[in-house]
Amino acid sequence: MTQLVIEADRADREYWRDLWRYRELFYFFAWRDLLVRYKQTVVGVGWSLIRPLLTMAVLTVVFGRLGKMPSGGMPYPLLVLCGMLPWQFVSTAMAESGNSLVMNSNLISKVYFPRLVVTVSSVITSLVDFLISGVFLVILMIWYRYAPPTAVLLLPFFVLLAFGASLGVGLWIAALMVQYRDFRFIVPFIVQFGLYISPVGFQSSIVPERFRLLYALNPMVGVIDGFRWCLLGPRAGVYWPGLAIAVIEVVVFVVSGVWYFRKTEQTLADVI
Amino acid sequence: MQKGYSTTTATTDPAIAIENLGKLYSIGRRRAQGDGLRHAIESAIRSPLSWLRSRRNRKPLKEDFWALRNISFQINQGEVVGIIGRNGAGKSTLLKILSRITLPTEGRVRINGRIASLLEVGTGFHQELTGRENIFLNGAILGMKRAEIIRKFDEIVAFSEIEEFIDTPVKRYSSGMYVRLAFAVAAHLDPEILIVDEVLAVGDAAFQRKCLGKMGSFAQSGRTVLFVSHNMEAVRSLCKRVVWINDGQLHEDGATDEVIEEYFKDSSAGISHSYANPEYGLTIQKIVLKNTLGEESSQFRPGDDLVVEISYEAQQRIQRPIIALGIVGANGTCFTSNMLLDGNRPDFLEGTGQITCTFRSIPLLPQSYAVKMLVRAANVTDFIITYREVALFNVVGDLAQYGYTGDFLTWASRSTPVVVPYEWRLPDGTTVDVALSRPVH
Repeated sequence: MTQLVIEADRADREYWRDLWRYRELFYFFAWRDLLVRYKQTVVGVGWSLIRPLLTMAVLTVVFGRLGKMPSGGMPYPLLVLCGMLPWQFVSTAMAESGNSLVMNSNLISKVYFPRLVVTVSSVITSLVDFLISGVFLVILMIWYRYAPPTAVLLLPFFVLLAFGASLGVGLWIAALMVQYRDFRFIVPFIVQFGLYISPVGFQSSIVPERFRLLYALNPMVGVIDGFRWCLLGPRAGVYWPGLAIAVIEVVVFVVSGVWYFRKTEQTLADVI
Repeated sequence: MQKGYSTTTATTDPAIAIENLGKLYSIGRRRAQGDGLRHAIESAIRSPLSWLRSRRNRKPLKEDFWALRNISFQINQGEVVGIIGRNGAGKSTLLKILSRITLPTEGRVRINGRIASLLEVGTGFHQELTGRENIFLNGAILGMKRAEIIRKFDEIVAFSEIEEFIDTPVKRYSSGMYVRLAFAVAAHLDPEILIVDEVLAVGDAAFQRKCLGKMGSFAQSGRTVLFVSHNMEAVRSLCKRVVWINDGQLHEDGATDEVIEEYFKDSSAGISHSYANPEYGLTIQKIVLKNTLGEESSQFRPGDDLVVEISYEAQQRIQRPIIALGIVGANGTCFTSNMLLDGNRPDFLEGTGQITCTFRSIPLLPQSYAVKMLVRAANVTDFIITYREVALFNVVGDLAQYGYTGDFLTWASRSTPVVVPYEWRLPDGTTVDVALSRPVH
């Protein structure tokens, strides 16, 4: 018979085993969020397609037509969509996972499970939405008769990078939000701001060469560049030092995020 | 994983061993939340190292208090133990530690066996989801595997008695249906150790009995149950042993009847906690239960008079208040004294004084009861003191003395504890008087 020991500062030993034991809960929370999101909506999952379609149209007109940004020989709507899908994934995932602990406070004060599950699950929920929106990209590529290069095989790596970026930031925000509800105001601000400082509506190559390293400090630059490179080919070039920075940043965010999250988790039910 | 748990080796290890458990709460931290971020950033910038260190080993502040301290006891496998205590005594904190929702500050708990805890029925239910969807969600949150839920699904639905509404969103359920479904999921958890908190405070009487029955059979199958309740009758019928927690300390641990008796004695003598409403300037200083001889008491016999003495202090004149008392048994209110009904409102309350209410020859069967009280303002709609439990008492006695000689006295008296005198006239012409107030000698 297994023995469970409850003691101050003793939680670590059990934690990772528990996370494995509760693995099905990842699925159930994501399933709940997806079910609830489209309940009592007429269009339902269609919203995952309508949202990027409309945003894409607006960004194409603003940046491509009015702003006359260079397209590098690629159809501008395609260029925008390849930047927008990862951006929408990361921004919603970050916001939702940041909110996840506070949103589930009723659960957290009443039942035990590794709290990491709720936060990771909200990123998974956004990932599913992202994959559904991906259908729209496939349709648009067929429409423009644009065959992806072989580099498309590396796409999962960039999806993973985007996943890590949103999870890393999300973990920090979720843990901080429990103590400081200020982050409820900070997050929408980051999301709004991020749309303009990340290369969503334009290519990062328009940034002057001497500022590129500085620009690449935003990990989304590496992520979005990578997506474009995988899907649209070498014409959308990757700035390799920038990508390296993004990878390092994401790893640092995830590792430190898990550390800080675990630290707050121990007193979570007392504070929330 | 699960297999590892179900192999019941015949060890003598206790199911739960609690050693020196303590939990420190800091009230101050909660209040500082408003400027918490600014303060945290400021001190982090000023001296980052000391900020990190100070977060790790904070010294106890004045506002810190021990919700639990020096708690040690063991629960053996197969034991059914009740935990009692007043609100705020530390029962919930103990449960939260045992359920791993929060960590203790000191001490240690060792648990042998698969544990499940129900601090609230319907944890994680989502209003928008259907009954079917909620069974899966709730089951998973409580620690069931998907395959396990699928296997027990039909059983759960049958237990909940809501087959026809299983695909309706739970937001359209009545509160009764909601609770039934929630308990049905919980009842099928099948752990080796079960922790239950006040689950029975909900649902109608019939369903409550069903829940009690389920927990009884659970206990009889040799599993360990920890049952926390204010319902002394439920505790009495389920548990052989009771642990009484008071002010965060273990007050008494022993046989159910003895501990509950002590608890009642204490809670009536110790109803010194006062109720105040500063807005109206009214303080209820003390509520004391007395017998007809004028002695303070918490033990009454059927047919005794029950005197409820309310001592108040009104800092300002309170015009025409309405006071109501209710005598509440395990299954709800038995009877009341209500100024709203009888119209005997005092013209005003001012200064200190007493109001007493004597219930004549209480027609109550042996059981535990609570006295509840409310005070309304002159306009009737506003509460000065909201309806709340103010005292507890026991009715004790041998029913046989009153001519009650039925086969299932305890069981039969539980459902309806109020009796009025009546007379049977049987086919053979004999008449029998049954009355509580006239003991047969």
